[in-house]
Amino acid sequence: MLVEQIMTREVVTLSPDNTLQEALDLSHHHRLRHLPVVQDGLLVGLISDRDLRAAAPSTLEQAESDQILHDIRVEQLMIKDVITAHPLDFVEDAAAQIYKHSVGCLPVVSQGKLTGIVTERDILRNLVEMMGVNAPTSRIEVEVPDKTGMLANISDLLRARRINTSAVMVFPSAKEGYRTIVFRIRTMDPRRFIQDIEAAGYRVVGHPSMMTDGEV
Amino acid sequence: MVANGKSAFIYSDAFTKYKFAEEHPFNPKRLEMTLDLIKTIGFLDADQIITPRMATQEELARVHDTRYLDAVQAASQPQANPDDFATWGLGTEDTPIFAGMHEATSLIAGGTLLAADLVMSGQYRYALNMAGGLHHARRAEASGFCVYNDIAVAIAHVREKYGARVAYIDTDAHHGDGVQWIFYEDPDVLTISLHETGKYLYPGTGEIIERGEGRGYGYAVNVPLEAFTEDDSWMNAVRSVIIPTIQKFAPDIIFHQNGCDAHTYDPLTHLSASTHIYREMPKITRLLAEEMCDGRLVAVGGGGYDIWRVVPRAWTMLWAELNGNELPERLPKAWLERWQLEASTALPEFFLDPPGSFEAIPRRAEIEEKNEIMVRRVLNGTPFLY
Ligand SMILES: [Zn+2]
Repeated sequence: MLVEQIMTREVVTLSPDNTLQEALDLSHHHRLRHLPVVQDGLLVGLISDRDLRAAAPSTLEQAESDQILHDIRVEQLMIKDVITAHPLDFVEDAAAQIYKHSVGCLPVVSQGKLTGIVTERDILRNLVEMMGVNAPTSRIEVEVPDKTGMLANISDLLRARRINTSAVMVFPSAKEGYRTIVFRIRTMDPRRFIQDIEAAGYRVVGHPSMMTDGEV
Repeated sequence: MVANGKSAFIYSDAFTKYKFAEEHPFNPKRLEMTLDLIKTIGFLDADQIITPRMATQEELARVHDTRYLDAVQAASQPQANPDDFATWGLGTEDTPIFAGMHEATSLIAGGTLLAADLVMSGQYRYALNMAGGLHHARRAEASGFCVYNDIAVAIAHVREKYGARVAYIDTDAHHGDGVQWIFYEDPDVLTISLHETGKYLYPGTGEIIERGEGRGYGYAVNVPLEAFTEDDSWMNAVRSVIIPTIQKFAPDIIFHQNGCDAHTYDPLTHLSASTHIYREMPKITRLLAEEMCDGRLVAVGGGGYDIWRVVPRAWTMLWAELNGNELPERLPKAWLERWQLEASTALPEFFLDPPGSFEAIPRRAEIEEKNEIMVRRVLNGTPFLY
């Protein structure tokens, strides 16, 4: 999945000459936490509602603060070295950027021009879809030796049972030399698939049907 | 008001044609066994049995995509190829196609729709369609053994024909996802589902945070219980959530899906309930229907995959509650003798599992605590309660 497939294209933007008051009004009106700053279509900065609130002095100095909000321009407060994404970046790379830099959004820029924006929320929604949680599925975790061909072996079992898969994730296992493969499969009755896995010599972990009563 | 022995029992022998394959867990023999138990015990007069008609294309299309209806009809043809229907969730191991599928599932939908009409028009106070309860079916996809969503078809019907506000209670062990999604944005249809958490169990949804969308926000209520939940904890959740939400919502009619797969014997789920909950839950919904909506209550079946030991007892107790019959302690000898010949396991002698029937769950205290915390979070996040 590419960033351009999940980004918001109609971006609400500011100009460097807008006042902080205008920026605050815009962010309230559209309920936006991040506003890119654009000049002649080019991205020149980013301002967040948190920066805006921090700039507005406490209520004790209310009268004065109103004046400050009208006097200071966006250009003076905005971040200029903005972390951006490209429309053709993979969603997981954008997620890594957001995580690594602790930012809430990435303006999407192509040839200097702002073409969209992706937020933490867009990414999270996409990851939820990728994990197959939005389709009706049962979840099965299998512990396999960390070597090639394991995923294919278990996929063969699914094919033999005519069971469709919504998502597959591979994680490092708590046990050294093993990996955990999580399947979200489109069946209400995974019993025979579980038997097949065990018969093939692998272990289903975490599943309540494998527990002695209640020792989850 | 007590039930008067004159409730409507929607039934047709053709209900048993909703059958996917010989070894499939959804086995219509459970309907025959239950009907036989109800009759043997003397709880059913011939004139209470009302034969349904098939739901029409127009009635089905209120909740299903017409392209999906076309696909199901094509899949119903004897020469249909299962590989052609994957996009519609058909032809899989869960929902194989079979000749006459459209007719069989339309009749079930027609049955629940008829139950709703009989109750809304005041001809009957309570009505039961135990073949109904196909709560996983989605707008354009078969899912979890369900082809047409009979409940949603009936709810859409009473919304349109009577303008009724509907409360839907789902106590199947699986999340009532199909009904929830179809009415997710409708503030006039309250859906409440109690189920085993979807961490591992199908369909994986039914989290607390699924609360409806737009104007329907708050009108989807989900109560995901821990695996190995037992009677007391389950019933605490049922009472704590269902009673206040239904009282506050004040529906015109209640639909109750009575899937009985939360029993510890059920092979597909991981809850640890006994038949006691299937005696108590219908009582609660019936009394709520009396208190809030002049008795209007439609009950349907649903899941239930231990067809020998659980389904016949659970749904006979459901019918007894709706029909005002006093339940004996023991199952009739004649019925036991008849079905024991065929059963793959020893049939139980008592309606209510006697104390000590099942081993105690070692982590009971922890499971109860987790469920209590979850119930509090559900109630705190249901805006129309406050
Ligand atoms: Zn179920």
